[in-house]
Formats: sequence, C-alpha cells, structure tokens
Amino acid sequence: MLDHDVKYLKFKTYLNTYCPHCHNSFNVEKKDINQIAFKAKYKGEEIDLVLSPYLDVFDIESSADIQKDEVLDDIICPHCNKSLLNKEIVCGECGSPVGEVIISALSALIPFNLCLKYGCEWHGLSKRDERRIKLKIPRQAMPEQDQTLRVHNHQEVPYGYTTELALLEAGRCLQCKNPQCVLGCPVNVPIPEFVALVADEKFDEAAKKIKETNLFPAICGRVCPQESQCEAKCILGHKDDPVAIGRLERFVADFERKMDLVKIPLIKDNTGMKIAVIGSGPGGLTVAADMRQLGYAVTVFEALHETGGVLTYGIPEFRLPKAIVQFEINFLKELGVRIETNMVIGNIHTIDELLEEFDAVFIGVGAGLPTFMGLENESLGNIFSSNEYLTRMNLMKAYRFPEYDTPMPKGHKVTVIGGGNVAMDCARTAKRTGADEVTIVYRRSRHELPARAEEVHHAEEEGIKFKLLTNPIKYIGTDFNTIKAMECIKMELGEPDASGRRRPVPIEGSNFILETDLCIVAVGTGPNPIIFQSTPNLKRNKWGYIDADPETNETSIPFVYAGGDIVTGSATVIEAMGAGRIAARAMHAKLMNGKKGTKKDKKEQVKV
Amino acid sequence: MFQIVRKQEMAKGTIIRFDISAPLIAKKIKAGQFVILRVNETGERIPLTVADKDEFAGIITIIFQVVGKTTALMRSLKEGDLIKDVVGPLGRAVEMEKVGTVVMVGGGTGVAILHHVAKAYKEAGNYVIGIMGSRDKEMLILENEMEQICDELIITTDDGSFGIRGFVTQPLEKYLGERDDIKLVYAIGPIIMMKNVVKLTGKYKVKTMVSLNPIMIDGTGMCGGCRVKVDNKTQFCCVDGPDFDGSKVDFDELMNRNSLYMKEEKDSLLFSIR
Repeated sequence: MLDHDVKYLKFKTYLNTYCPHCHNSFNVEKKDINQIAFKAKYKGEEIDLVLSPYLDVFDIESSADIQKDEVLDDIICPHCNKSLLNKEIVCGECGSPVGEVIISALSALIPFNLCLKYGCEWHGLSKRDERRIKLKIPRQAMPEQDQTLRVHNHQEVPYGYTTELALLEAGRCLQCKNPQCVLGCPVNVPIPEFVALVADEKFDEAAKKIKETNLFPAICGRVCPQESQCEAKCILGHKDDPVAIGRLERFVADFERKMDLVKIPLIKDNTGMKIAVIGSGPGGLTVAADMRQLGYAVTVFEALHETGGVLTYGIPEFRLPKAIVQFEINFLKELGVRIETNMVIGNIHTIDELLEEFDAVFIGVGAGLPTFMGLENESLGNIFSSNEYLTRMNLMKAYRFPEYDTPMPKGHKVTVIGGGNVAMDCARTAKRTGADEVTIVYRRSRHELPARAEEVHHAEEEGIKFKLLTNPIKYIGTDFNTIKAMECIKMELGEPDASGRRRPVPIEGSNFILETDLCIVAVGTGPNPIIFQSTPNLKRNKWGYIDADPETNETSIPFVYAGGDIVTGSATVIEAMGAGRIAARAMHAKLMNGKKGTKKDKKEQVKV
Repeated sequence: MFQIVRKQEMAKGTIIRFDISAPLIAKKIKAGQFVILRVNETGERIPLTVADKDEFAGIITIIFQVVGKTTALMRSLKEGDLIKDVVGPLGRAVEMEKVGTVVMVGGGTGVAILHHVAKAYKEAGNYVIGIMGSRDKEMLILENEMEQICDELIITTDDGSFGIRGFVTQPLEKYLGERDDIKLVYAIGPIIMMKNVVKLTGKYKVKTMVSLNPIMIDGTGMCGGCRVKVDNKTQFCCVDGPDFDGSKVDFDELMNRNSLYMKEEKDSLLFSIR
C-alpha cells in the first residue's frame, strides 16, 4: 500500500483500481511510482491519460494539452475499450460528468467516482460509499506496554495513538448532523468538529477546539469513563464499536504538549476582582483557569504539599503520569493563577475570612473522607483505606521506599474490596509493588462493576483476580495484630433497588475464608468535615455533602460556590470539571451583575 | 519553605526544640492543635504538636523526640535551615472554658503539648495542677515553663532522680482522693500512661481528656490511617480529634496500630545511614 493513499483518503482503504466492466486493473508502474492509466476522449479525439495514484484529475498527465477547467468528454478502459462514464450522477462539486472505477478498499470493492473536469478535486466517493468504507474500519486499539513487563514498573500503560492510528480512527467518524456524543459529554466538547480536524491532520487546531470547552484534554482523554459518556452515544456504536473519542482526545492533547504548541492566552480585561478557589483538584483548576481568563485574580488554596488533588494523590502514575498534571498546573501558573499549598481552609482561613478578602469563593475540596465497612477487627494492621494506600503510593511515593521515607504497605496476597476505578487502581498498584496475588472482592456481578471498562480490562490482563458476588463480613487477625484472612459470604442479585441496580443479597451458609495479608478498602468516600466545622451555616444535603443550586452551583452562602465530589459525592474528574465550569460562569455573571445590583440596591435604599 | 529560627537540644540531645517561622500558623493555632511537617522532597509527613506560639513574632514552637529517620534528620538541621512544608493548624482545638480546678498530666514529650494546653487553661481562669513525669532527671523538659503556668506542680521520675519517685498516677491518685473539686483531668503522654490515668480517673468519675498521636499521613481527614475507636465508633484523629474523652478510647487498639511500622522505621533509618 502506498503511503500517500493514506494521506489522501485519510484511511488505509485504497489499494487498487479496476474497470467495472472487465475487472482489469488500471494500475501501471511508471517512474517508480504506481500510477493509473486510462484512455479518454477530449474534444472528440482519443488520448492517453495517466492519473496520479490519488485518482485526482488535477494531477493529470496526458498526451493532449488540456487546460484548467476544461472537461473530458469521456473516459475509457484501456483494456476493454468501454466507456467508464457514469450517467447516473454528476460531480458533487462542479456538476461535470463523472467516470466510475472500482477501488479495492479494506478487502471490498467499492465504486469510486471521478470528476472529468481538470482541476476539480472532488474525491467522488458518494456519501453512501464513504459511509460504507468508514464502517469497515475497525476501532483502532492503542499500542500499550506488554502486560508481563508492565506489572514491574510504574510507567503509563498505553502509549497513545500514533499519527497513522489517529488518522485512521478519526476517519471512522460519520460527522453526524445531530451529534449525540456531544450530549453525552458533561462539558459538551465539540467532538465531531475536533475529530474532523484530526482527520485533516490539523492536530493543533483540534486541541484548540477541545480546549474551547475542556481545558485539560490530556487528563480527560486518560481518565474519563468515555464508554458511559460520549462513546456510549456514538451512532457507530449501535452496530459496531464507537469512535474512540477519548483516545483521539488524548492524542491531540499529547501532540500539542509534545510539540510545544500550547500558548498562554493574554488576559485582556482585568476585572479587579479576586476569587478564592479551595482545592486544586479538577474542579478547582477549571474554575481557576476560567476565572483567570475572564480577568479575575485567582488564588488556589491546596491543603496538601502537592497540587492536583485526586489527580496527584489518587490516580496512579501508570494511569495518569504526574508530569502531565504538573504541566497543566504550570499552565495555570503562567496564566497568573496564584497557588498556595499547605493551606487547610477551615483551619488557617475560614470561609468567612476568605469572603472578606475575595469577591467569591469556590469550594472544590472533594469527598476525601474514607469510608470503612464497620466490620469486626477493622483496626488490624495492613487494612488500609484506598485513600491511605494511594496517598502513600502516589503522593508520598512509598513505592520508592526507602529512598522516600514513607513506608510502603506490602502484601503477598492482597485483597481489594470494591469495584470502582479506585479499587482497580489499588489492585494494579499492589501488583506493581510485588504482590503475588491480587483479588478484587465485589458484592455485585461483573455487569455492575462501576470501573471504566478499560481499567477492568487492563486489570484482568495484569492477572488480577475477581471474586464477584462476594462480600466480606469479618476480618481475622494474626497474633501480631495484622490481618491474616477475611471471612466472606457469597451474594446473589435480587430485585433492583432505588439506584436501578439489582440489590445483592447474601446467600445464607455460603461463608468462606479468604486468606489475605493486605486488605485495601475501596468502598467509597464521604464529605470531609473540616470546612463544615468552621462554617456551620453552610447548608448540607441529606448525605452530608454541600447543598448547591444545580443551575449555578452557588451554596446557601451568597458568593460561595461549590462543585465536584463535595457536592455530588464520589464521581468523575470530568463531572467535577463540568461543575467547575458551571460555577465559573455563574460566578462571572453574578459578579458582573452584582456591581450593578449593589448600585441599584443603594438607590432603592435611598428611596426608602 | 519555613525557617528554623532557633534550635535547642534537651534531654541529652534526644529531645529537640525548634522555633519555626510560620506567621500564618502562629496567628491561628490554638492549644491542642498540631502541624504536619515534611522536611524535604523525599521526606514523610509527620504530625507534631505545637508546644507554644508567638503570634507577634510569627513563630511556632515544636518539640519532638528523636525516634526514627525523619526526627533524626531533623536533629541534624541547624538554626537558619529551611523545612520544606509545614501544614497547620490541624485537628480541633481544645474546648477552653472555665471549669474550676483542672489537673494536667503529662509524660515524656507529651509535656510539650501539655504546656500549650495548660497555658490556655490557665488563661481561661482555671486553677491548674500540673503533674509531669519522665524516666529520669535528664529527660525532663519544660519544667521551668510549667512551673510558671501551674498553680501547683508535681514532678515524678521513674528512678527518683528528681521529684517524687514513681509514676504520674501516684500523685494523681492522691489529688483525686484529697480534692473533690477537680472537674477535669487532661492527660498527654505515652499511650500506656494515658490508659492508666483513664483507669484511675474512671474510679473517681472525673472527666478525662486525652490527646492521641496515631500514625497519620495527610492530617486532613483523607487517609483514615489515624483511625481510633472511640465509643466503639471509628473516628479520625486528625479531624475528629486529637482530643477525645479518655474513658471511651480503645487504647489497646491504638497501641497495636502505633507499633505497625517498627520494621519499616528501622529499615528506613538503616538506609539513611548507609
């Protein structure tokens, strides 16, 4: 296959050209390059015609002198001398007559129409056939680290698309008129537009397109659960696999970063107002970037010594390299966002104190409080919350103990309780740090696993065992107060509960003992109490999270906004970003109107 | 970066006092609250209670015993050196009110925190009785400072080299027996000491607050490593504590949890020596 075929048709489809009547090939080898030879009629005379392999009349080479914009009368097969003219259709661009040849693409023969006007660049693939070709391209897999090697290192597992793979995958997009994928995205990334730009090899512009609504595509491309968001809505997905939107997103973001094409926008209109953002996780970073670009002075307060929130302490290096997170944060710093680490808001400054200094506050502190199951002997050694385990590993780099001072929790038979992304992260981290056997214990069935499909797949590839429909009921300790085993019970799925998922019901008498010397509890998180301790007037919902107006994300305290897990409970990175965006918009609107509003209020007061 | 403005070695160099320049924390920190400190890029986060503060000079005082790698590293720091991260204030402050007569019991380095809490109780207008214990005369810290704060101060040493020979529980029992106006006992020190104090005050039905020091990573309620069982419920020391009603704390469990990393601590120390 020729390289420029790929370039021209944007997918590796076109191999050979044939006459529709005698099925002989038009391809000839001339000047060391594959070309396509026809006979043609021009101004009543029969001439020889050679086209470039692009099947483009613009690249004509003929025995007669044909001027630009002139049209051939006919095009004839040199083997059977029959006319190739397709009388049923005309050129979609200029209305000239077209010839029809057959091209072989993806082991199928497809009619391909050729405009007979010199200079017309119409590709001539009818919409229907274009669609047919696209449907034939399979979803492209991402090259990734070998599964036997990767369990011994902490480097990222997928390498990302190559340019060729990205073009091929982008070529699959049907460019729907009413794109459903956009509706599936919490921040409504203009997906068909950016995919089209990828197909046109305008990767830089594609990245800019995504950044119109999503500031951190390199992160979202890696950690979003696309299969339940944009890709779940892809029309292609009805019959075939959906377009790999996340992988393309990741590709363009990486391209932009690696080619050093990220530009720092100029902040034009300074509003003179100040915004405080609490928490430097995905929600906080989005608010900071949005508000800074709107001309506000933004200060981000982070409780830990490292910025990034869950992106730094939670998601492991092999899934989201920390260099990428720091790159995005550096981008914010260059925008002029001030970031203060080691600041536990609630203790060092209360919300009320912040409101004295800042015009608005955004709370994006996440749902950081770990949940335990309340089982017997929960205080045994080597039972960790997923938060502690991941914090030790990712934030404190315990896997490099003793080079780093924080001790690494080690186990030979590791058990992880839970079925979400966090559980997968813990299990895969344990595998990488020398566990012989890692088992995920989840009380529902495979179908209900809340983790991203890709993570489950990767975990399985890495040899992580799944004990589904199983629930722990008791921990059993050694004489040295560390865990030795776990008593579990088998479950079965009963009637659907309020969340629509089938409720797991224990099967009586099915208890069994699962040996384990390190247990990680990844069963969700709750709201961190620090902010509430100093701000009792912040209204909370029945689950203890902040009660925020879904339209604006404003809390019960005026000019205090909240978003992300502290409002919704454990959710995704992109949902936190979406919430941040809503809050930023509402904040901007209110602060802009607020100015007028206060004047008005003052006038009214005077009247009274 | 936070600068060490003053360093003082106490108890034969096993206990170190740092005055650290941290104006914001100094302004906010209250008795009973603690800070988390990370010495350098590869360091671990260790919780340290604050023994004193100077709001106007912007200085907090931390006192720590050299027990592991990080504290050994901290001992090697000099005046003027920088500490990478200091986070605080963390934990809930001691609820300070005038209750009448309070007994402050401290053991070992626990006296450092006791000093800050006793000072606050004194300022709140209470009659403060101090009981502080140590292994021997050399290991005593802050006895002069405590002397100034407390209305009465009893010092015990295990070997009798200073003050009364014996444990802090002996003078405490005497006080509890003699005085019936003791409204509150506040105990800080080794877990075994706090356990015994609570056992004793339980007999006399006197409310006892203890300040716990479990293993901790982030100190902001995130990791759950500092979980302790209080009143049979799991509580997180960093956000629900560090002060709890001593009669409800499961000390045995706390003791078990605090000894979990002995081996790693040794490995880490050996690595740093090598």
